[in-house]
Amino acid sequence: MWAQLLAAALVMACGIATLTMSLSVTASLGAARDAFYERYRFPHVFAHLKRAPRSLEQRLADIPGVARVRTRIAVEVNLDVAGLAEPASGRIISIPESPPFGLSELHVFRGRLPEPGRGSEVVASLAFAEAHGFDPGATVRAVVNGRLETLTIVGIALSPEYVYQVRPGDFLPDDKRFGVFWMPYRELAPAFDMDGAFNDLAVALTPGASERDVIARIDRLTEEWGGQGAYGRDEQTSDRYVSDELAQLRGMAMLPPTIFLSASAFILNIVFSRLVRNQREQIAALKAFGYGRAAVAAHYLGMALLVALAGSSLGLVVGARLGAILTEMYARFYRFPAFDFQLSRPGLIVALGVAFGAAVLGTMGAVRRAASLPPAQAMRPEAPPDYRRTLTERLRLDRLLGPAGRMVLRHLERQPLRALFSCAGVSLAVAVLIVGGFMQGAMEYLMEYVFFTTQRQDMTVAFVEPASPSAADEIARMPGVLASEPFRAVPARIRAGPRSRLQGVTGLPPEPRLNRVLDERERPVAMPPEGLLLSDSLAEILGVGPGDAVTLEVLEGQRPTVVVPVTAVTRTYSGTSAYMDSSALNALLREAPVISGAALSVDPARSRELYALLKQTPRVASVTLKRASLDAFEQTIAENILRIRMFNVVFASIIAFGVIYNSARVALAERAHELATLRILGFTRAEVSMVLLGELATITLVAIPPGLLLGRGLAGIITNVLGGETVRIPLFVSPSTYAFAVIVITLAAFVSGMVVRRGVDRLDLIEVLKTKG
Amino acid sequence: MPEHDAAGSTRAASVFQARAVTKVYAMGEVQVHALRGVDLDLYAGELVVLLGASGSGKSTLLNILGGLDVPTSGTVRYLGRELTTLDDAGLTRYRRDHVGFVFQFYNLIPSLTAAENVALVTEIARSPMEPREALALVGLSERADHFPSQLSGGEQQRVAIARAVAKRPDVLLCDEPTGALDVKTGVLVLEAIARINRELGTTTAVITHNAVIAQIADRVVSLSGGLIASVQANETKTRPAALSW
Repeated sequence: MWAQLLAAALVMACGIATLTMSLSVTASLGAARDAFYERYRFPHVFAHLKRAPRSLEQRLADIPGVARVRTRIAVEVNLDVAGLAEPASGRIISIPESPPFGLSELHVFRGRLPEPGRGSEVVASLAFAEAHGFDPGATVRAVVNGRLETLTIVGIALSPEYVYQVRPGDFLPDDKRFGVFWMPYRELAPAFDMDGAFNDLAVALTPGASERDVIARIDRLTEEWGGQGAYGRDEQTSDRYVSDELAQLRGMAMLPPTIFLSASAFILNIVFSRLVRNQREQIAALKAFGYGRAAVAAHYLGMALLVALAGSSLGLVVGARLGAILTEMYARFYRFPAFDFQLSRPGLIVALGVAFGAAVLGTMGAVRRAASLPPAQAMRPEAPPDYRRTLTERLRLDRLLGPAGRMVLRHLERQPLRALFSCAGVSLAVAVLIVGGFMQGAMEYLMEYVFFTTQRQDMTVAFVEPASPSAADEIARMPGVLASEPFRAVPARIRAGPRSRLQGVTGLPPEPRLNRVLDERERPVAMPPEGLLLSDSLAEILGVGPGDAVTLEVLEGQRPTVVVPVTAVTRTYSGTSAYMDSSALNALLREAPVISGAALSVDPARSRELYALLKQTPRVASVTLKRASLDAFEQTIAENILRIRMFNVVFASIIAFGVIYNSARVALAERAHELATLRILGFTRAEVSMVLLGELATITLVAIPPGLLLGRGLAGIITNVLGGETVRIPLFVSPSTYAFAVIVITLAAFVSGMVVRRGVDRLDLIEVLKTKG
Repeated sequence: MPEHDAAGSTRAASVFQARAVTKVYAMGEVQVHALRGVDLDLYAGELVVLLGASGSGKSTLLNILGGLDVPTSGTVRYLGRELTTLDDAGLTRYRRDHVGFVFQFYNLIPSLTAAENVALVTEIARSPMEPREALALVGLSERADHFPSQLSGGEQQRVAIARAVAKRPDVLLCDEPTGALDVKTGVLVLEAIARINRELGTTTAVITHNAVIAQIADRVVSLSGGLIASVQANETKTRPAALSW
């Protein structure tokens, strides 16, 4: 029996390990983020504008609810990095002459801050520096206001605004091709004709201040200076990613442990039911000696809690270790300066409580039966098992079954609850495997959708300023360009009733071929002559659908505010988007046809040539390469998914093995007498094993279909839990995922069966002759 | 092949030949000598009762004859073939093809009906009789579709006998077949065994501690302390119905 209790304890350990890991990593990540934000003064409100005088700063500071204001310059530049053929881009942000900056301080890992009057000294973001192996002293060239300047990196730092460093328009970091730099205001302002001015601001709120009110006032104050709409932390890119990650961790914290602990409860139920049946006489003896119900109950409950203690102890140790590994992984990814693994104390208590709860729940029935067993009844031999013809036989389907097959079916039907528990345990294991495989399949599907089905371009070029359509033709004539498709992009705020969202609107040609937009059935959508197409994620945020009207406040040029219909909802798995026909957008903006950039299809053989040319093109603000985004996606997400899948396979195998092995052991113990009888009658070991394994095979086969369904259901739950604004997980379970789950479970069942089969070889035949069975 | 005894009269051929059979097994630190050198022959078609008290070695001897156990030393031959050199697969084959067992506690499969319990064995036998035919032999045709829980003790034991003989074994070994039954039922069971021995000519060995039962046998082999104490032939066999204990 110890082997069965060990199986239960192991499965419980898996549940407690995943729970401990999730709770602790969530606590650690949350604590690190909060500490970093607090120490380095992460602002509450942000805004970008065209250009405003610095004198506006005092008026901003006077807004009720504003504790502190920091105005600055933030510009996008093209970078020419040695050793990197493709163009890169960067954002340079101004900093005061010396710290403290008041808001959004920098944590300098290496080097120093730029010294006043030292020309083109900059601090580079840690992610960018690490991607290139830069140390203080390294240089990078940037196109600053049309001129190629050499910037000297004197320090490497992390800012709370760029914990997650993503180029505008991308949805994953591309540290090699996008970096953030900080430069003294005095050096940056003249280069961009911003002396005495600013185009970006950050604000800290007083406790209890209304963010909504402050944003409204900032918008009013900055409107005449080309303000593009203030926003809070919830729309700040870096914080949104980190918060999404935390929310996903929290959401997922409960799912795997629930599965494992349920399986553990199943196993304990089966083991303890059998134990109480076998120990009827001992229970009777104890009661005859004067032990009451409470004492008997305490005995069995104590045993169950001991299993829970063993399982949770192992689980806590493993969970802490896994949590530490995962924490280190996040630490490397987010680069928080202080990121310690915290074993959440409340988490520990929850874990222990849950483990004990599962043990009690699983053994409650058996304990109650033991406690209430009348002594006299317990002393009598148990009534012989009462069998009936099975449903299969009543339906006359039994002709296909020999005596061994009938033994299997009738034995299962006689204890339907136990058979159900065993099946449920195996189904859970199947579901866990489906979930692991689903994640991988979903990511592959997402990659295919985002990078090949919708984004057909190889490169996207954005201009410094909107340009005439001839600029697209100019680029189309560049070496290596096979096709060019212009687009118009404007910053805007979209309102629907009380909900609003800062959302760039992209104008596309009537039938875009490179930058395709697909509807919810993933069919290409032509741009309607009027109206907006919203991504499903944005439509959900705004609570609108096709036919609804939204208010579009354009935050550029003449800043028109119009009411437009939502013509269609498009399918997207990354970020949010809004599209319009480019001519309609131009008309809305009351401007001549202009474009913001172009999507390009490029001949790979001539791409280097093209990169070199683009780097030197002054009107080009940034170049985004699809290949680079795809590589970044594979590196960050795909690697994690593989790791998750490996865990899933291991965990599912433990559950499957635990449940099936346990069922097999119980079946062997219960039927040892029968099986030994068959051996005496002349059945070979193999034939007798078939009777035993037939039961396991039946349980496994019956459990697989509901397991596949349950797996799909869990995958659906996960898509909701993990889905955030940054990435949505498609609900796509590939046939190979189903097949993999079936194969692994079958293997686990086979291995369990082979292990238990050895018990058949060790049956005591002589004992059978003397005992009643 | 008939053999001749010392007096020159013919007797049936020897089916089993056990020579100097000993069996020692360990019970904790104690060595138990269950058999201390047994020489025994069993002849074709006879009904032998192995009589002895608890611990006399009769069950151990039956187990060795039935291929369930191997002696510590000595030889056991069945139709000239040495059983003691067979491995587990060989012994399984031997039991499957030649031996029918009847247990004290019937050992029916509770999830199978009477007919199915018998079919269990006929499906692996070389030339079995029909399960219902075997049940008819023991007078249980009308109970063929009942489960063991629906049968009395005596009926269960008769089903066990039917199961044992359905494969037409050469040897029928019965370990205390009436041990769990009352007198009346026990008599019914013994009648079934005797009828099978008579009608099918199956060499039958019955273990019992009940000396009264020995009256139905052709020969009575008495064991004590792991040795054969005596071998006696019954001049006349008593019908089971006439027995009373």
